[in-house]
Amino acid sequence: MHNGGKIILGLVIFLILITFPVWYNVANDRAGYVPELEKAARGDNCVRDSSYMTGFHMDLLNEWRDQVVRQNDRWEVGNDGVRYERSLSNTCLNCHENKDKFCDKCHDYMGVVPYCWDCHIVPKEIQQ
Amino acid sequence: MSVDRRKFLKLAGVTALGLAGGAPAKVLAQDSVTPDTLKEVTEATATPKAPLVARRWAMVIDLRKCREAGDCNDCQKACHLAHNVPDFGNPKDEIKWIWKESFEHAFHEQEHEFLEDKTKHGPAVVLCNHCDNPPCVRVCPTQATWKREEDGIVMMDWHRCIGCRYCVLACPYGSRSFNWRNPREFIKELQPDFPTRTRGVVEKCTFCDERLARGQMPACVEACKAGALTFGDLEDPNSEVRKLLHEHFTIRRKPGLGTQPEVYYIV
Amino acid sequence: MLEKALSGDKRYWSWVAVLLIVIGTGTLFYLRQYHEGLTITGLSRDVTWGFYIAQFTFLVGVAASAVMVVLPYYLHNYKAFGKITILGEFLAIGAVTMCMTFIFVDMGQPYRITNVFLHPSPSSLMFWDTISVFGYLILNVIISQVTLGAERKGIAPPNWIRPIIILSIPWAISIHTVTAFLYSGLAARPFWMTAILAPRFLASAFSGGPALLILFCFILRKFTKFDAGKEPIQKIALIVTYAMAVNMFFIGMELFTAIYSNIPEHISHFEFLFFGLDGNTTLVPWMWTSMILGIISLILLINPGTRKNETVLGFSCIILILSIWIDKGLGLVVAGFTPTPLGTVVEYVPTFPEIMITVGVYALGLLIITGLYKIALSVRKQVTT
Repeated sequence: MHNGGKIILGLVIFLILITFPVWYNVANDRAGYVPELEKAARGDNCVRDSSYMTGFHMDLLNEWRDQVVRQNDRWEVGNDGVRYERSLSNTCLNCHENKDKFCDKCHDYMGVVPYCWDCHIVPKEIQQ
Repeated sequence: MSVDRRKFLKLAGVTALGLAGGAPAKVLAQDSVTPDTLKEVTEATATPKAPLVARRWAMVIDLRKCREAGDCNDCQKACHLAHNVPDFGNPKDEIKWIWKESFEHAFHEQEHEFLEDKTKHGPAVVLCNHCDNPPCVRVCPTQATWKREEDGIVMMDWHRCIGCRYCVLACPYGSRSFNWRNPREFIKELQPDFPTRTRGVVEKCTFCDERLARGQMPACVEACKAGALTFGDLEDPNSEVRKLLHEHFTIRRKPGLGTQPEVYYIV
Repeated sequence: MLEKALSGDKRYWSWVAVLLIVIGTGTLFYLRQYHEGLTITGLSRDVTWGFYIAQFTFLVGVAASAVMVVLPYYLHNYKAFGKITILGEFLAIGAVTMCMTFIFVDMGQPYRITNVFLHPSPSSLMFWDTISVFGYLILNVIISQVTLGAERKGIAPPNWIRPIIILSIPWAISIHTVTAFLYSGLAARPFWMTAILAPRFLASAFSGGPALLILFCFILRKFTKFDAGKEPIQKIALIVTYAMAVNMFFIGMELFTAIYSNIPEHISHFEFLFFGLDGNTTLVPWMWTSMILGIISLILLINPGTRKNETVLGFSCIILILSIWIDKGLGLVVAGFTPTPLGTVVEYVPTFPEIMITVGVYALGLLIITGLYKIALSVRKQVTT
């Protein structure tokens, strides 16, 4: 390979630079960091269990959005057998009262800015 | 997912009181949320009652009663409060779902020089007519507005609206408003049980579909002290609206356009 | 071939730099509009479409006008247009890009534009307009790419491009018809709900667009080695003349039905445009200017002496384009809203940010046209004088 040495050296440097976020966090012992979420203020169970919610709460909310708005299907029975209103503000935030100690913890860490909050109100934030 | 049967039955017993007739037909006949888990933020979201259903919702507005009420604006106040409608303080950005228009403007094809004074200078309450043949629905490129087949309400999906404002063009009644700016700071009293909208979407009256689902009459109908607003099912021959239509002469706005509006006016 | 747009002399780059500055300024204003909302425009609850959509409507016509050189050349073998079909197609690409950009800056939630494709709504003309205009862009990109590529290699274009070119002819008609249907199907707006709106759009498109093409030919003749030749320009001028005559005739038709029937709902909009309504006379001077310029341009075009004189022809084209731009742009759009369905009159005047964003989008279109024309001329080695 013509100039093989320089090319391979260049590739190695490139790989090191591109994987910087990974090895930097490992080196600083932050690889295992998981944001700490505030426990729900009330209620024993959620509409779904935590393992589902951690990964798929967005899918659930999207489903709810279409079911409530487009099909007028506003109530459901959660996995715990309790009937819930499909509502971010009235149901989810009823128990998980503090958005900044619950929702924002992971969202801020991941750099995610969901625009739900443009319209959907956090009840606790408006109570004087 | 297994559920502890004892716990389930306990919950069932406690909440059975709150239910007037059980859940909407689509949901299994399980039990409602306990007072523990459902916080009562406003009276409106208290223990849910059976939803109000109809095959064709319509409204009859008695302008005579409205006229007698004078300077009243209760319908708009209630609606705009319940739905977090902002007040920008200028007609350019204005958003209104229901309001008192002059008779001359609401019915300007009916107007003439010698129209009786009290009508001519009287008010006309106007809102979305929830037409049977809605031009706004026809023109929406994303179906962010559509006509519900089960009860005839022309609905809005504020998640899907792209803000093209084609529906505002198509509406012959001027019922629709666009959010030219962020409405949040302009809402006097935020109601947490109903979302606000964001800038860039079109909004209008939805016949209080969220209240109907909770078994409540639309906010304007409840708030009208003069009893000028009557709301009911046109397909139910015994409903109040059918009675009123049977007993009085009624007109609709711009009937010649073929939109088949479902708001009738007793003049 | 795209690399040919990246090499040029000082004049070329100065022009590009000016355009980039204007585009940058427009972008800054757009960012402000995206942040604050469309409230910074002059639009209001009662006049919801304005300057942006006016430009869109005008430019769809310009885009469609490419058909006026493509049709004679490809369907009727009119050889004289051989050198300028590419200019017409590149003009169409620039115009369509501007159209789409104007829609984007006018939307309340521009990032939800994909909803139009995710949730197709065949009952909505806007859905069909999106498909139509976007499809026309793709057609013109393919056609221009293939024909110019073949020219560069010195061979005839492949046979399969011919049906695609033929397809672009009815497609061009369709984009402007569909745009007219956007307006003419609305029962709520009697000013627009007229069967003649689509024919009017086409007539004004086929006069205004080719007129712009003539002007571009003159500009290219002055700044480059490209000379379209007297015959093609005169032929296009003749097309412009007939189309403009039809356009003015159609305007007369509109005026007749409104004035003679005297139906308030119809005539009030014309009253607003030409005499003012309820004290609102914003558009009156503009509309009279548009009519006078249109008539003058038509006289100058009909008279063979002034049409054959290329200086006067250039002037006629400029005033013709101005006339149509006013009439089909703000005149058409704002008058549809005034008076409102409730019979009130609400003033609309575009604000400074709105105008700056518009100018920015025009600069973007001009940049695209500049680059594309540069490519075409470089391929033909006719760039520098």
